[in-house]
Amino acid sequence: MIGLVLLGIIVILALSAPILIDESALSVTQATGERMAPPSAGYPLGTDEVGRSILALTLWGARLSLLIGLTATVVAIVVGTTVGVTAGHVGGWYGWVALRISDWFMVLPSLVVAIALLAVLGRSMSTTILVIAMVSWSGTTRLVRAQTLTVQSRPYLERAKALGAGHWHQMTKHILPNVLPLVLASATLLVPSAILMESSLAWLGLGDPNVVSWGSILNRASSNGAVSAHAWWYLLPPGLAILVVVLAFMMCGRALEAVFNPRLRGERG
Amino acid sequence: MTLLEFKDLSVTYRGSRGRIPAVRGVDLKVEAGRTLGIAGESGCGKSTLAMAVLRLLPKTAEVTGTILLDGEDLLEMGWGRLRAVRWTGASIVFQGAMHSLNAVQRIGRQVAEPILVHEDVTPAEAGKRAEALLERVGLPPSRARSFPHELSGGQRQRVMIAMALACDPDVVIADEATTALDVMVQAQVLQLISGLVTERGVGLMMISHDLSVLSSVCDTAAVMYAGRIVEQGPAAEVFAEARHPYSAALGAAFPVIGDPASRKRPGGLAGDPPNPAKLPEGCSFRPRCAVAEERCGEAAPQLLEVGAGRLSACFVAQDGESIAV
Repeated sequence: MIGLVLLGIIVILALSAPILIDESALSVTQATGERMAPPSAGYPLGTDEVGRSILALTLWGARLSLLIGLTATVVAIVVGTTVGVTAGHVGGWYGWVALRISDWFMVLPSLVVAIALLAVLGRSMSTTILVIAMVSWSGTTRLVRAQTLTVQSRPYLERAKALGAGHWHQMTKHILPNVLPLVLASATLLVPSAILMESSLAWLGLGDPNVVSWGSILNRASSNGAVSAHAWWYLLPPGLAILVVVLAFMMCGRALEAVFNPRLRGERG
Repeated sequence: MTLLEFKDLSVTYRGSRGRIPAVRGVDLKVEAGRTLGIAGESGCGKSTLAMAVLRLLPKTAEVTGTILLDGEDLLEMGWGRLRAVRWTGASIVFQGAMHSLNAVQRIGRQVAEPILVHEDVTPAEAGKRAEALLERVGLPPSRARSFPHELSGGQRQRVMIAMALACDPDVVIADEATTALDVMVQAQVLQLISGLVTERGVGLMMISHDLSVLSSVCDTAAVMYAGRIVEQGPAAEVFAEARHPYSAALGAAFPVIGDPASRKRPGGLAGDPPNPAKLPEGCSFRPRCAVAEERCGEAAPQLLEVGAGRLSACFVAQDGESIAV
């Protein structure tokens, strides 16, 4: 519940960023404030090394962080669910190969792979999304495949087979609707990890240089000596923003999980 | 007219512990507008027989012999033809209606499902036909919008019957269709089923371990034991006056209400059905048989005529002696 409210506030802020603060506030050349100034009335969260408002940067960064996090999750979930359902339903030789490929993606250290892929594919928003999706689809595949196998053994699938339904019909009409709740719960848990991954990549300087995200603000902060300048106002806002968003998604995900799996509700009484 | 015919059908499961024969050389016929009952205890091969008709057995099952559906050999059919025949040629009323219905779909959509799979109709049209089918089995058409959990057990079983009739099949196979229902609802559902048989002229193959169900609905009855038919004949006669010690024991296992003597009679049958992987020599029923003789261990008795329309696979009955236990 708290998670949902937090998430709502963040999404509204991100969506209304262009109304609250003009995009020109992000421009390096049109910066109006002093350099690295602490919080003041005109700049509630201080300024960066060229004199831009940190508040404006953080608000605008929310848009990109959320966008990349959500899109990458959607791509990962779609791929993971497709592979998982087909691997579970078709099984046999195909299922084995699909599972081994997803295993392979699972054991690779995701950050290292992401860095390597970004270095090869070039830095841009779409490659960031693609790379994050590539390193995070395999968990969903495992989960969906396991659930497909249990749904598969239900008598109504035998009934569907008996009445002459083909594989496509069985998968879309019977298996998918029954694994979807689980997919949804795992998606809400995947979003924060995608946001974290995006921030990590941007912080390492692998983000799109032309746009502002929380990770890229932190990257600029550390490369411009915010730490040695004791410019806490430069580091804290984007860092806390990441923390809050991840926390909010986690809380929503856990709540969803508890709804779908009542056994998890036990400890809360 | 013969709609469905089994000729020397055998099903063997290939397992890690070797080959397990589940059905051994079964010959049966289902006629239009008639009901064939198949009785037997758990594990005797009844359900395997039913699943073999639509080729729904797992890949480990080896099927030999012939199954003729409207004169066409089911075991020779290609995949596409088989899918087309499923539900339009023969349909199944599954046991356990709760689990055979998808919990997240409305009733109407599930009844319409076979229509949409097999016929080129719009979903709206299929929905209308589903409502008509529900009405046909005595459910209000408004029930089409309900979810399975909103229905009682008897209503769900009716939904399964409506679904089985969706594509006008020639043969309906009811696999323990009324087993999970209480006796009053069971009586209603049975009445519904037999009404449909006479009215639509479908051939019904009814599988049950409950002899009272079979004797009230079926014209012909076949009793199975360890994958073989041990007795066959007009249903009423088979259960009233059995010609095989196994059918006699099966009949005696049911108490007669209001007859105190039946309580004191030793009912049931000692021992378990034989392990299909290690069948006894000769007659497979011999170890549990009260009238077994020495010859029963030497050769397996064939299913032979023992009276007008009566067949029995028991040496004693074939000699015309009483098999009363």
